[in-house]
Amino acid sequence: MTGEKKQGAEVRLEGVAKRYGKVMAVKPLDLVVAPGSLVTLLGPSGCGKTTLLRMIAGLERVSEGRILIGGGDVTDLSAGERNVSMVFQSYALFPHMSVRENVAFGLVSEGMAKAQAHAKAEEAVATVGLAGLGDRLPSELSGGQQQRVAVARALVLEPDVLLFDEPLSNLDARLRRSMREEIRDLQKRLGVTVVYVTHDQSEALAVSDTIVVMNAAEIAQVGTPRELYEEPANVFVATFMGEANHVRGTIETVRDGMAQVRLDTALIEMPARELGEGPVDVVIRPEAVRLQPEDEANGLAATVLTATYMGAHAEYNLETPVGRLFAVAPEADALRKPGDRISLGFGRRGIMLVKP
Amino acid sequence: MRDHKLAGNPLLWFVAFLGVVILPWHVLEDGFSLARLVGIAAAKPDEASALAQAARFDRWWLWGPVIALALAFHAVFLTRSRATQGDALIVAGFAGLSLIGAQGWMIGARGWYYPLFEVVLGALPMGQYGIGIGGALAFLAFLLMLTNGLAARGAFGGDRFVASAVGVIAASILLFTIWPVATILGQAFQAPKGDTLAHALASRFMSARIWGIACLYSGAACGVAWNTLALATATATATTILGLCFALIVTRTSFPAKEWLRLLTVLPIITPPFVIGLGLILIFGRSGIINQAFSALFGVELGRWIYGFNGVWLAQVFSFTPTAFLVLIGIVQGISPSMEEAALTLHARPTRVFKAVTLPLMMPGLANAFLVVFVESLADFGNPIILGGSFGVLSTEIFFAVVGAQVDFGRAATLAFILLLFALAAFFIQRSVIGKRSYVSVTGKGDTGLQQGIPDWVRRLAYSIALPWALLTMTVYALALAGGFVKVWGRDWTPTFSHFGRAFAIDWGANGIVWAGGAWSSLFTTIKLAGIAAPLTAGIGLLAAWLLSRQRFAGRTALEFALMLSFCVPGTVIGVAYILTFNIPPVELTGTALILIICFVFRNMPVGVRSGMAAMSQLDKSLDEAAVTLRASTFRTLRVVVLPLLKPAIVTALVYSFVRAMTTVSAVIFLVSAQHEMATVFIINRVINGDYGLAIAYAAVLIVLMMAAVGLIQLAIGERRLGRRQDTAPGEVNRRSAGA
Ligand SMILES: Nc1ncnc2c1ncn2[C@@H]1O[C@H](COP(=O)(O)OP(=O)(O)O)[C@@H](O)[C@H]1O
Ligand SMILES: [Mg+2]
Repeated sequence: MTGEKKQGAEVRLEGVAKRYGKVMAVKPLDLVVAPGSLVTLLGPSGCGKTTLLRMIAGLERVSEGRILIGGGDVTDLSAGERNVSMVFQSYALFPHMSVRENVAFGLVSEGMAKAQAHAKAEEAVATVGLAGLGDRLPSELSGGQQQRVAVARALVLEPDVLLFDEPLSNLDARLRRSMREEIRDLQKRLGVTVVYVTHDQSEALAVSDTIVVMNAAEIAQVGTPRELYEEPANVFVATFMGEANHVRGTIETVRDGMAQVRLDTALIEMPARELGEGPVDVVIRPEAVRLQPEDEANGLAATVLTATYMGAHAEYNLETPVGRLFAVAPEADALRKPGDRISLGFGRRGIMLVKP
Repeated sequence: MRDHKLAGNPLLWFVAFLGVVILPWHVLEDGFSLARLVGIAAAKPDEASALAQAARFDRWWLWGPVIALALAFHAVFLTRSRATQGDALIVAGFAGLSLIGAQGWMIGARGWYYPLFEVVLGALPMGQYGIGIGGALAFLAFLLMLTNGLAARGAFGGDRFVASAVGVIAASILLFTIWPVATILGQAFQAPKGDTLAHALASRFMSARIWGIACLYSGAACGVAWNTLALATATATATTILGLCFALIVTRTSFPAKEWLRLLTVLPIITPPFVIGLGLILIFGRSGIINQAFSALFGVELGRWIYGFNGVWLAQVFSFTPTAFLVLIGIVQGISPSMEEAALTLHARPTRVFKAVTLPLMMPGLANAFLVVFVESLADFGNPIILGGSFGVLSTEIFFAVVGAQVDFGRAATLAFILLLFALAAFFIQRSVIGKRSYVSVTGKGDTGLQQGIPDWVRRLAYSIALPWALLTMTVYALALAGGFVKVWGRDWTPTFSHFGRAFAIDWGANGIVWAGGAWSSLFTTIKLAGIAAPLTAGIGLLAAWLLSRQRFAGRTALEFALMLSFCVPGTVIGVAYILTFNIPPVELTGTALILIICFVFRNMPVGVRSGMAAMSQLDKSLDEAAVTLRASTFRTLRVVVLPLLKPAIVTALVYSFVRAMTTVSAVIFLVSAQHEMATVFIINRVINGDYGLAIAYAAVLIVLMMAAVGLIQLAIGERRLGRRQDTAPGEVNRRSAGA
């Protein structure tokens, strides 16, 4: 906790799977977490994020596969034998111990003398901005402070890998935003490898080096926040990473990696992403939809169903021949009315082909 | 990463070495001394270590443990990787356990146990005593090697502590509950010499003394099985009604003295079971005040109606109404008020709400209370033995089959088997009743509704049943205690302390204090044994609770089931089973203090398990997990994190096991011996001899002692420290980290 940078360890999962009776909580998967990076596991509730994280922590035994941390095989080691710390969703602060005792707990476990452990704990408590609160019981702290104690308690052991399971879900929206920045800061400062579970895509976009999107016990896609948002591998990832409309179109021609895609009357050019001619799934972000006058050529005919004034922008539900579309328009002053007939154009970014 | 490969195993091997090579393998029949501990050099075979017996005294069957020790040496010192060591440990541990087991179960005090071996392996000219300190240590060491090996191979989450705890608990349940009960079965299904099995079974199981129904059409007595069932049904019915009345009064009326009613329900828990029986005798017995008053006023003799079904039933209703109340109050409180409020807003009148909503919602709870009391009545021994007279029930009949004029263990085993079947049947019905949808609707959302009152007529009915009963209970207690302060109840009413004097006199002799009173010896024994048993019971019970609620391992449900099952085995059954099982090698325990302690521990442990599991379900599981990820050993996690948070459950388990050990009669009465007499048995013998004064004086002292002990335990364990804002502490409440 002295602040000098120490490179975290690589985490490598090889064919790791978890079965509870007949239920596959995690299907066999491979994943490499680069040393010193922050990787989030993102996905809807029940997709196996927590299970995967707990297997890395050693709280859950793998049903199949191997786990390597810093190159060493830890598959058969218990949680205490791995140099890994975890911050729990409920914080799991020991309610009968003071903040200092909580933070010193791991050091004492490792055999450090109590006085020394308490001094070091005090430092760690100060690092997370709680200097002077060491004597309090967890119940005498606010939610955000409890969160920091949980982080300090995990960090004080200088683990190779730090795991977070939805650490911010018990905080209010504003605190969430500042805490996630603090966590990211701390991670960069200390250079520790972090695996971070969340179901909130904006949280994932904000803190991650790499995002692992999971769905139904499988990895749907791994990539940087930008890759996932702009080049989602499939409809699930596209719709999970922010608002998206999903429609069917047809690739008419492909040339130089660019496809001409027909959506009813509109013909739009976009990267082909190795797809051939024929029917195809198209994902359109709401902000990529441009509302134009009805007579605009080469547009997609549409009727306004609802129009909502949102202050800085306006939101529309639109009926088109390819299905309903949700659109966000930046200019809120020229609000259309329900029943208006318009034509839709599409921006370069925010519309893409995906595999089904 | 630290290497945990070898930690602890060399020590285990050394323990096994001590057990097999150095210490005497069998029990030392001539008493214990330090010199006798060096079994390897003993001059007599019965005092030698296993190795010495095998090598020097021709007892070839003891080579078994020696071979296992050699295998263990290879496993502990000569293997390289964690996996191969695990496999080798499993082999050595299993070999040790099975070879020790086989020799113990095959060869008894007079050679082969079973004629078959004599035919196959030839005559054996010698025998052996029960397993002693060497054998026990070796057994334990091999057991732990086996569990360590399994843990090293990844079983039990790879955790050696968990593996060892499961192994020790499972082995002790096998040894001290399942094996004795199985022995009963064996005895019941074994023909006496010169009889065929079929005939023996028919005459035992089908005898008129068990199943006769003569009482229905003549003056003769009915079979004890019917007596038992009739008594249990009558008691359960009455206590359920009374319990319900009390529960309704306490939760749904504005009765002013609720706290006193609650106190009334705690009293029987700290009362030795026959105090109520005594009180009834002092009121309704031949020289009881009612009889005396009637004969003085009207010249009428009321007779002996209290002895028999009536008296036992009355005494049981007094004893078990609190049990029914405690089950039912949870149910009545648990019914969500919003259900009744909903019914009211649907324009149902109070009577209809009560009949159509409240009562049906309570049905599973009523059934549960009925069955709980039913089982208690089946197992009750203290009341029938005091008040039964010629009215026999299974538990007393078992007792007389063992201590009566003609000792007949086959018959005792048969009766015990029938009693066990009844108890098991009730247990399974109860499980299926509770297993079905329970309507108790505690949501944790802070139900906002108000508990509705009950219709007037229900309230009046409840008052008119419960209040006279409460009065009667207090009278019984008051008179029971008053009996300790008069010379001879019914004849000489002179107030006196002489009963206390006879029991607890202290003299000053030449060598200091002389404990002259007759009760001192049994009192000291009782306190000592209860004091030893209580922490063991609580410790093992809570450990089992922690394993069952926090660890996932193969056989977890089987273990839980065996634990709960052992609770429903009636005390008399356990008593008979223990004498039948532990009177002969390989495990000879009868007559020792150890068998009493073991009996207490395994009879009372399930309560520790239950209160521990209830407490554990309110502790966030991620607290343990956090400790584990913070490098705490499993043992440290238990000691520093779990135990301090379980203080209320620890108090419950300690108090309960202490009090039960002080007050129980049923199993203990079979197991006491001259050196180890227990207070309850001493008292019951006084009662049987008609010496009520002394019995009561003693019981009063016991009650006071237990209250003091309960206070002390509470003081010693102390409060949980959770801080001021308890209700808002995250991590403390049951917020399983399984969220999204
Ligand atoms: N102990 C368990 N026993 C059986 N199934 C479980 C257990 N723990 C989790 N599961 C199942 O595994 C799946 C993944 O759970 P989890 O990893 O907690 O999901 P997430 O954290 O992504 O919401 C779920 O379907 C859940 O029901
Ligand atoms: Mg989760």
